[in-house]
Amino acid sequence: MWEYTDKVKKYFTEPVNVGEVENPDGVGEVGSLACGDALKLTFKLDESGRIADARFQTFGCASAIASSSALTEMIKGMTLEQASKITNKDIAAFLGGLPPEKMHCSVMGEQALTAAIRNYQGLEPLPSEEGEVVCECFGVTDKEIEKVARNNNLHTVEEITNFTKAGGGCGKCVDKIEALLAKIWSMPAPTQAAPMAPPKKKMTNIQKIKLIEETLEREVRPALKADGGDIELIDIAGDVVQVSLRGTCSSCAASQATLSQFVQTKLREFVTPELVVEEVKP
Amino acid sequence: MSHHQTVYLDNNATSQTAPEVVAAMLPFFGELYGNPSSMHTFGGQVKAHIDVARQRVADLLGCGPEEIIFTSCGTESDNTAIMAALRSFPQKRHVVTTRVEHPAVLNFCQDLARRGHEVTFLPVDRQGNLDLNQVEDAIRDDTALVSVMWANNETGVIFPVERIAQMAKAKGAVFHTDAVQAAGKVPIALKDTQIDMLAISGHKLHTPKGVGILYVKKGTPFVPYVMGGHQEHGRRAGTENVPYIVGLGKACELARERMVDENTRVKGLRDRLEEGLLQVEATMVNGDPSRRLPNTSSVSFEYVEGESILLMLSDLGICASSGSACTSGSLEPSHVLRAMGVPFTAAHGSIRFSLSYYSTDEEIDHVLGHMPAIIERLRNISPFWQKYRTTKACATPGYVEP
Repeated sequence: MWEYTDKVKKYFTEPVNVGEVENPDGVGEVGSLACGDALKLTFKLDESGRIADARFQTFGCASAIASSSALTEMIKGMTLEQASKITNKDIAAFLGGLPPEKMHCSVMGEQALTAAIRNYQGLEPLPSEEGEVVCECFGVTDKEIEKVARNNNLHTVEEITNFTKAGGGCGKCVDKIEALLAKIWSMPAPTQAAPMAPPKKKMTNIQKIKLIEETLEREVRPALKADGGDIELIDIAGDVVQVSLRGTCSSCAASQATLSQFVQTKLREFVTPELVVEEVKP
Repeated sequence: MSHHQTVYLDNNATSQTAPEVVAAMLPFFGELYGNPSSMHTFGGQVKAHIDVARQRVADLLGCGPEEIIFTSCGTESDNTAIMAALRSFPQKRHVVTTRVEHPAVLNFCQDLARRGHEVTFLPVDRQGNLDLNQVEDAIRDDTALVSVMWANNETGVIFPVERIAQMAKAKGAVFHTDAVQAAGKVPIALKDTQIDMLAISGHKLHTPKGVGILYVKKGTPFVPYVMGGHQEHGRRAGTENVPYIVGLGKACELARERMVDENTRVKGLRDRLEEGLLQVEATMVNGDPSRRLPNTSSVSFEYVEGESILLMLSDLGICASSGSACTSGSLEPSHVLRAMGVPFTAAHGSIRFSLSYYSTDEEIDHVLGHMPAIIERLRNISPFWQKYRTTKACATPGYVEP
C-alpha cells in the first residue's frame, strides 16, 4: 500500500476539472496505455491571455489522477508564461508530496503542460526529437532524463526510474543511465534561454495592493481551502505583507513555517521579488 | 473512509487465520514450551504433537509422514528443493521451469541463469496453458530439475503436473512443484505420482505466517539447505517452530474436510462473482476457465488502472489485488499476464479476487453492488474510454501474440 497524503487521496476520490475543454486553445497528450499511465490536458484562454479553463483525462493510478487534477487547479488563472514555469516539483508540493516511486506521475503532469503550451504555440508536442532514446521500454530520451535530473537534483538510477520510469522495464539501459548521470553532473547546466517576459515595470502602490490581493485569491486561497484553511490580508506596509492564517492552518504549528514560505513564494513570483510575508495573529 | 466490515477476497495473498488453528497453537506459546529434542519428558511430550501434525499433513498430501519436512515458508521450501536437486546432480547444468512461476521459483532460476546454469523458461498460451509437447522437448539428459507450479497464484490456472512429472522421470530429472495455491483446493495423492518434491505455505491454508512444508519423496536424493542440528532427520536444521507446526497440522486437517466446500460452494460464489463482473462492458476473465482453481478469478477491466480500482474497493472495505504495474512495485504489469499475451489495456486493469471457506454470499453481493459504479467513475476520467466508446475499436492496442 502506498503512503498517500490526504490531499492526494482527496484529489483522487474527488477529482476536479475532469473532462475536455470545448474548442481548446491547447491540447497536450502524454503517456500511453502500454506504459500504464496517460494524461490528456486541454485548456482555454480568456481575452487577457490567462488560462480560463483547464481540464484533464487520465488513465493511471491514484497519484496520476491526483497529479493531473491538481495541475488543472494550479494553472487556472495563470498566463502561459506563468504556467510554463510550473515543474513537477510544484505539482508534488501542491499535493503535499508523493511517494518517491510515484514522482513520475508529477513529471507526466509537467510534460502534458509543456505539450499543451507547445500545441498552442503551433509546435510539436514535445521537444524529444532532439534526444536519443535511452530507455526503450518506456521511450525515455537522454534529454528528458537530463532535464528531470537537473530540475530535481537526481543522482542515482533508482531516482531516475522513480521520476521518469526509465530503467524500470527490462533493465538493459541501467548502465546507460548511470553513464548519462555521470556525464550530466560533470558538466555545468546548459545556459537558460532568454526569459520570455519583458522586464517588469515599476508598479504604483495601488497596483501592487491589487495584484497582491489577486494573487492571494487565485494562487493561495484555493490551495489552503483544499486543506480546510484560509488566509486573510491584514496590511501592506512597503514590501511587508501581513497576513493571518485561519482554520485548520492556524492550528497546525508544524506547517506554519512552510505555509508562510508558500505564500511568500507565490507573492514574489506574481507580484514582485522584494516582498516579505509576515504572519500576524488575528 | 467508510466503516464497512472487511470483505476479504485476497486469499491467494494470505488467508484469514482459522480460529481452530489458533486455538490448537496457543498451548505451545504457553505451558508447552519444551524443546522436542530434549531427553526429559517435559520437552519430549511436545514431539508427540509434532508427529500428529506431520501425519495430518501427510494425510492431506497422500504421502508418508517421513516424507514431510517443516520449513519457515513456501519460499524456503521452493529454494531448498531447487538447491537440493542441483547439488545432487552437479554435473547436470540445465533447469526447466515456466515463465509464470511465483517469484520464489522464478527469481531463483533467473539467478541460476546468471550464475552459469542453463535455464529454459517455458512459455504459456493466451489461456495460460503450457504446451505439453514443448515441455517434453525441453527436458534433456542434462536436465537436473524441472520445476512447474501446480496452480498459478494470479489466474488460478492448473498445470498437469502429474504428466509433467512423468516426463521428467523418463529423462532422469528431478521434478518439483510449487503447490502453495493448489493445496486444499485440488485433490493431491503424492504416492501415486512421480512428483519428487512439493512446496506448501501455511498462511495460504489459514495458519498465521511463518511456516511451510517441503515434501521430498522417499528415495529422492536430497542435500539440506539450512544446516545445523539433526532436526527433521537432518534435512532442515533449526529448533522446530512448534506452535506453527501444530497449527499447520490442524490447518491441513481442516483443509481435507473443507475441500468439498471449496469445490462446490466457494466455486459457486466465485462463478457468481465472475458472471456479475462480466456484465460490465469491456471486461474479460484471464486464464483458462476449464482448468482453474475453484477460488480464483482474475478479471480485467479495460481502459482503467488496477491501483485506482483497488483503492476505491479498499474504501468500501473490499480487499483484492491487481496485476497492474502500479501495484507490483515494478513499472511493468504482472509477468504472468504478460507471458499470456494479455493486452496492455487489460493487464493494467486486472483485478484478482481470491475467495476462501470464509467467503459468503453477502460479500459477493457487496462487491457486485459497487463494482460497476467504480469502473464507470474511473472510465469517465480515462482518455482511452471515450476513444473506445466512439470508435468501438475491436483491435486493442498493445496486443502481442505470445
